[in-house]
Amino acid sequence: MAKDNEKIIQQNMLKPDGLNPKVKYSIAAVLLALLLLGIWWLEQILPPSSIIFTVLKKGAIYSLIAVSLNLLNGFTGLFSLGQAGFMLIGAYTYAVLTIPPESRAAVYMYYDGGIIDFALPVPVAMLLAGCLAGLCGFLIGLPVLRLKSDYLAIATLGFAEIIRAIVQYDKLGPITNASNLLRSFPVFRSTLFPFIVAGLCIAVICLLINSSYGRAFKAIRDDEIAAEAMGINLFAHKEMALVTSAFFAGIGGALLAMFQMMVQARAFTSAMTYEILLIVVIGGIGSITGSIIASFLFIACSEWWLRFLDEVQIINGFQLPFMRSGFRMVVFSIIIMFVVLFYRKGIMGTKEFSIDGIYKFFRRLFTGEGKKPKEQKGGGAA
Amino acid sequence: MDNLSYYIQQLLTGVSVGGQYALIAIGYTMVYGILRLINFAHGDIFMAAGFFMVYASASLPLYISIPLVLLLTVILGVSVERIAYKPLRQAPRMSIMISAIGVSYLLQNFATYYTGGLPRSYPTIPFISEIITIGTVTTSWITLLTPVLTLALVIGLVALIKYTKMGMAMRAVSKDFETAQLMGIKINNIISITFIIGSFLAGVGSILFFTKYPTVLPTIGAMPGLKAFVAAVFGGIGSIPGAVVGAFVIGICENIIKAMGYTTFSDAFTFVLLILVLIVRPSGLFGEKSTEKV
Amino acid sequence: MSENILHVENITMQFGGVVAVNNLSLDVNRGEIVALIGPNGAGKTTAFNVITGVYEPTNGRVDFCGENMIQNYPKGKMAKSYKGENLGLYKNSISKTPDQITKLGIARTFQNIRLFSGLTVFENVLIAKHMRARQNIFSATFRLNYKEEQRMRREAMELLEIQDMGHLKDDIAGSLPYGIQRRLEIARALATEPQLLLLDEPAAGMNPQETQELTDFILEIKNNYNLSVFMIEHHMDLVMQISNRIYVLDFGSLIAQGLPEEISNNPRVIEAYLGVSDDAEN
Repeated sequence: MAKDNEKIIQQNMLKPDGLNPKVKYSIAAVLLALLLLGIWWLEQILPPSSIIFTVLKKGAIYSLIAVSLNLLNGFTGLFSLGQAGFMLIGAYTYAVLTIPPESRAAVYMYYDGGIIDFALPVPVAMLLAGCLAGLCGFLIGLPVLRLKSDYLAIATLGFAEIIRAIVQYDKLGPITNASNLLRSFPVFRSTLFPFIVAGLCIAVICLLINSSYGRAFKAIRDDEIAAEAMGINLFAHKEMALVTSAFFAGIGGALLAMFQMMVQARAFTSAMTYEILLIVVIGGIGSITGSIIASFLFIACSEWWLRFLDEVQIINGFQLPFMRSGFRMVVFSIIIMFVVLFYRKGIMGTKEFSIDGIYKFFRRLFTGEGKKPKEQKGGGAA
Repeated sequence: MDNLSYYIQQLLTGVSVGGQYALIAIGYTMVYGILRLINFAHGDIFMAAGFFMVYASASLPLYISIPLVLLLTVILGVSVERIAYKPLRQAPRMSIMISAIGVSYLLQNFATYYTGGLPRSYPTIPFISEIITIGTVTTSWITLLTPVLTLALVIGLVALIKYTKMGMAMRAVSKDFETAQLMGIKINNIISITFIIGSFLAGVGSILFFTKYPTVLPTIGAMPGLKAFVAAVFGGIGSIPGAVVGAFVIGICENIIKAMGYTTFSDAFTFVLLILVLIVRPSGLFGEKSTEKV
Repeated sequence: MSENILHVENITMQFGGVVAVNNLSLDVNRGEIVALIGPNGAGKTTAFNVITGVYEPTNGRVDFCGENMIQNYPKGKMAKSYKGENLGLYKNSISKTPDQITKLGIARTFQNIRLFSGLTVFENVLIAKHMRARQNIFSATFRLNYKEEQRMRREAMELLEIQDMGHLKDDIAGSLPYGIQRRLEIARALATEPQLLLLDEPAAGMNPQETQELTDFILEIKNNYNLSVFMIEHHMDLVMQISNRIYVLDFGSLIAQGLPEEISNNPRVIEAYLGVSDDAEN
C-alpha cells in the first residue's frame, strides 16, 4: 500500500505532461542558438546603421528592464515606480567607473578631469552597477515595505526624482559630472552583446520565479495574510523581490548607457518608468514572455513602424491631417489606453509562451486530444 | 534688515506656493479617500488647465475665459473618471492605477503634440500680478491673495462635507464603499462630484500657479502633482485639513531651502520628507490608523 | 492532566472604543479538540487573530508550549481609553509576527477561505514547505537546493495523496468547488507541520452530509498527525460530537466553559443563542 502510494507520487511528480524535459531543453537550446546565429547573420549582410539593429538592441535592453519590473508588479504584487531611478544608478555607476583615465580630462572638462583616475573592466562595472541599484532598492524598502503597497508606488517614484536631483548636484560634479553628460566609456558594437547579457539576466529571473522563493512571491501576490500564515516573512520576501528587481534594472541601465554611448541624468524621468510599466501591461502582468514580446513590439513601433506618423505626409499635393511631430506618441498612448481598458490581460495574460505550450497546441490541433481533461475539471466543479 | 526682508519675502512666496499645492492636494486626497486610487493624472489636469487658459485668453476677454477654463477643467476631470476609471471599478486596484498612469501619459503626449512641445507663456491677469511693497518687502498681489483664497475655498469645502447631505454621502462612501452603495447612495454621482471638486480646485490652483510662474509646458504638471500628493500623505491621506497643512509645510520649506541656495534640492526635499513621514508616522498628521479585516 | 499547549491569559482586544474581546482566558492541552462557540460578532475570530499574531492584543498574554509568545499592555492613547480589566498586570510587550507563530507550530485556516487562488493545488501546499527549508535565495535560484526541493515536493505530494487530492494537483485553486477549497486549506495548514491547528468555521456553508465527512476528517488528521485542534464552529452537531471541551464567548466575554454536555445544558449559553433577555447582558 505504502509502496503503491510512493509510486503514484513519483509518477505524478514526473508526469510527462507534454514533452520529455530533455527533449524540451534541447529544442530550446537549438532555438536560442538559431536566434543568435540569425542575428550574427543579419550583422553580416546588413549595414550596421540599419534600423533593425537599433530595434533589436534597444528591445533586448527594454526586455530585461520590463521583466525586472514584472518581477515586482506581476509576480510579487508590489506596485513599484522606481525603475528609472534604478536604471539611472546603474547607468551612472557603469559610466563613471569605466571611462578610461585618458578620456577623463575631456569628459570632466568643468571638473579638472574628475577625482577618479582608474577604469574598471566592463563586467565588474556592470556587476557593481547592479549591486548599487540593488542596495538603493534595499534602503527604500526598509521604511516602505512594511506599509500598504500604495506607499511603495509613491516612495519609489519619489526616490527616482531624488536620485536625479542628487546626481545633477554641482558639488558631486567631480564624480557624476553634474548635469553634463558622461561619454567615452566602453560600448558594444555587436547586437549579440545585449542579447546575451539580457538573455542571461532574464534566465536568472526565470529560475528565481520558478524556485521556492518565486512561489513565495506569488503567494504574497495572491494573498498577503494567507502567505504570512504559511510562515512566509512578508517583509523579508518583499525586500528580496525589490532588491532583485533593482539589481537587474541597474544592469539594464548600464546596457542602456552602452547603447546610447552617453548618459545624462535628465533623461531618466518618470515618463521612462511609465513607458516600462505600460510595456509590462501590454505584455501581460505576470508573464515574462509577454514582457519580452511587448518590449520588442513597443520599441519597433516607436523607433520604426510608427515613425511615419511624426512626419508631414503629402500625397498628391494633399497633406494628410494630424500627422506632424508628436502624433506618434498620441497614437501610442491611445493604443495603450485601449489595452488598459478593454484588453486588460495584455498579450499573454499570465501565461507563458513555451515549447510545451506550442507542442500541446499542435497536438490538440491535429488529434483533438488534450481537450478531455478539461471536461473532467468542469465535471468536478459542477 | 535687507536680509530679513528677503527672508520674509521668501516666506510669503512659500505660503503662496503652499496654497497652490493645497488646491491640487485636495483633489488627490479626496479621490484617494473615496476610490483608494492615486490619481496620477491629476497633475496633468492641472497642466491642461494651464493650456486651456493660454488658448482661451488668446481670443476671449478674461472675464469669460476664466470661468470657461474652470468649466473645461471640470469637464476634463469628470470625463477622465468616466472613461478611464469607471469601467475598472471591479478590477484589481493595480489596474486602475495603471489606467491613471496611462491617462497621464496620454494627456502629456497630446499636449506635446498639440502645442508642438514649446513652452507657452501664460496670459497676465491684471491686478493680481501687480507688485506691491509693504515696508521693505516687495511682493505681488497674487502672493498675498493665494493663501486667503485657498483658505476660503477649503473652509467652504469642509463645511460642504460636514453639513450637507451630499457631504454626508461622501463621508459614507469613503468609510465603506459597498455598504454605502447598499444604503442607496448613488456611488457614481458621488464619485463624479469628487472629481468635479478636485478638478475645479486644480483649475483655480493652476490660474494662481501660472500667474506666478507664467510658463506652461506639457510636463509641468508632474512636479506640482507629485508634491501635492506628498502633501496629502504628509497630512494623512483622505484628510482635507491634513492635505492643506501638508501643502503649506512643503511650500514653505521648499522656499526656505531655495532661499538658502540649495535650489537643486528643493524638489528632492519633498521626497525626503515623504520617506521621513512614512518612517515616523505612516498614517500622516491627521490620518487614522486602519486595521485590515481578516 | 495532560500537557498544556496553548495558554491564553486575560486577553483584551480593544479597537478604538470598542472592546471586541474582553479578558479572555483559555487553555488547550496536547491532544485535545477544543471548540470556541458563540453568536456572530462575539469576538471569536478576533481571538484567533490575536493568537496567530495578526492583531496585537491591547492587554494580556499568550503562551505556546510553555513559551511566552505574545504579551502586551495598553500604551500611549490606549492607556487612557482602556476599558478592560487587569490593567498593570503585564509589563512587557512581546509580539511575534504571524509567520513566526506559524513556524513555532500553530497553523490556521480562515473563515472566508484564503487560498492562493491563482496558483495550483500542488503549489498551494508546496508553499507551506518553504519556511522550514534551509535554502537561501541564491541556492534556490541556481538549483543548488535540488535535494531539498525534491524532498519538499515529495512531502507536499504525499500530503495531497493522503487527502485524496492528488488528481487535482494541477488545478488552479480558485477554480475548485467550495468544499474542496476548504479541505485544501486544511491540507495546506497541515503542510506547515503544526502541533496546534486552529480552524475558523471549517464547516461554514456545508450541508449535513459534508459536515459529517468533515467531522471524520478532523478526527482522522488529529490522530494521524498527533495534533491539538482549536476551532470556531457554529454547527453544534460537529462541535458536540468531537470536542473534548467547549468555551462559549458572547459580547467578547467568556460566559461558559466545560464539557459538551455541560455546555448544552447551560442556561446562559442557551440565552446567548436564543436571544438575550435584559439581565443576561450584565
